[in-house]
Amino acid sequence: MLKTIFYPAHINANAKIVEFSGWQMPISYGSQIKEHEAVRTNAGMFDVSHMAITDIHGTDAKVFLQYLISNDVAKLEKSGVGKALYSGMLNHDGGVIDDLIVYYTDFGYRLVTNAGTYVKDMAWIKEQSSKFNIELKERKDLAILAVQGPNAINIVSKIKPHLDGKLVSLKPFSSLEDNGTFYARTGYTGEDGLEIMIPVADALTLWQQLYQSGVVPCGLGARDTLRLEAGMNLYGHDMDETISPSLCNMDWVVDLKDESRDFIGKDAYIKFNALGVKSHQVGLVMEGRGVLREGQKVVSNNQEVGVITSGTFSPTLKISIAIARIEQQVTGYASVNVRGNLEPVRIVKVPFVRNGKQVF
Amino acid sequence: MYNDNFKFVDTHEWVSSLNGDVVTVGITHHAQELLGDLVYIELPTVGQSIGFNDVVGVVESVKAASDLYSPVSGTVTELNEAVVNDPTLANTAPHTDGWLFRVKLDNVSQLDGLMTAEQYKVAIGA
Repeated sequence: MLKTIFYPAHINANAKIVEFSGWQMPISYGSQIKEHEAVRTNAGMFDVSHMAITDIHGTDAKVFLQYLISNDVAKLEKSGVGKALYSGMLNHDGGVIDDLIVYYTDFGYRLVTNAGTYVKDMAWIKEQSSKFNIELKERKDLAILAVQGPNAINIVSKIKPHLDGKLVSLKPFSSLEDNGTFYARTGYTGEDGLEIMIPVADALTLWQQLYQSGVVPCGLGARDTLRLEAGMNLYGHDMDETISPSLCNMDWVVDLKDESRDFIGKDAYIKFNALGVKSHQVGLVMEGRGVLREGQKVVSNNQEVGVITSGTFSPTLKISIAIARIEQQVTGYASVNVRGNLEPVRIVKVPFVRNGKQVF
Repeated sequence: MYNDNFKFVDTHEWVSSLNGDVVTVGITHHAQELLGDLVYIELPTVGQSIGFNDVVGVVESVKAASDLYSPVSGTVTELNEAVVNDPTLANTAPHTDGWLFRVKLDNVSQLDGLMTAEQYKVAIGA
């Protein structure tokens, strides 16, 4: 079983450790609701070092990425060094192999992909890269710490005074590098914050400094409720290789503007949409009591019209919320089969929560 | 932690010592620890006749839903409305204020077949 560099810090902070994609990771450090609230009101930190960082160098780096992923990295060049782009990586059938963030840096492109998809991602990327003049460099020498919450950036700035306000003025979805440490104003919580990629040798010191500054260690449990409130997909649940981007609210990361650009899955994606997409992704809110869960069926007029792909209790809203894939004609209200009982739910647009506030 | 006067079942419910022929039922400290922050508890209804190992409700945390099994056979006499309104009571005081429901036993001798505190501790590796 793999352990990240932060493992001893998790144990010191009384983490409950679970197996996640071959890694021993903290699920929570006591109360996942308190961790969730810390991120919504102050600052929390997440060890996400199990995610994969791959740097892409070489003269073909740009054209390779334009072919590999559904969003167009040409946009990054226009916005300038530091900019980040969220994208899908599709297979030839137009299903989602993974979702990822690509950063445009002065040393090339940096890809951050999921832990659960690591083996297949790497095999796929290597296979696709054979015709391109590029070099892939996995960065296992870097740990990743996500520091998230309304006070996150201010706290990191105080710990890193030599950055002299550069973090505070960093634009959302942008990054900067400082002596081998990479600061990105990105995240998976719906709050402001940073994802910090730091040399393994310096990682525990940063953790300690943040801990002493009142940043609350948060586990995978809180990470899941935060991202669900933020309406963000979780790979393997809200989408996978059998799901078109059109069915999981990822059309916005499939960029067809440059008609001359060919990318993997483009033809299948266009064909699928030409047939007329019948389902789409929505949010569900249960105003009654109980908790919506992945796999529960959505029902309208006694017909099954969809399925919940992620469900939980929302610590911010104090009610249950879910992400579901349902037939498009169903709007307003529907029901969910919760252990044999049909419970009414309201159909809303995600996200549910942004910057600490209800937004649906 | 595990009261010597209580009895336990391997589905992680406890049964308090007898008051006449009525017992109190709850989930164990170990169960609440496994589940994490509790957010929803559904209990049987007063007057409901329940059997040993019947699914009589559900205990849900943020991360998981877990069936609630009856550790005894009898008739439900009382529910803990406080824990329904604030499920975290079953996290903070699972063996006291976080009790779930009370049952008038069909027969008292059934308690003899349940685990003692010592046996339960062995079962959960405590």
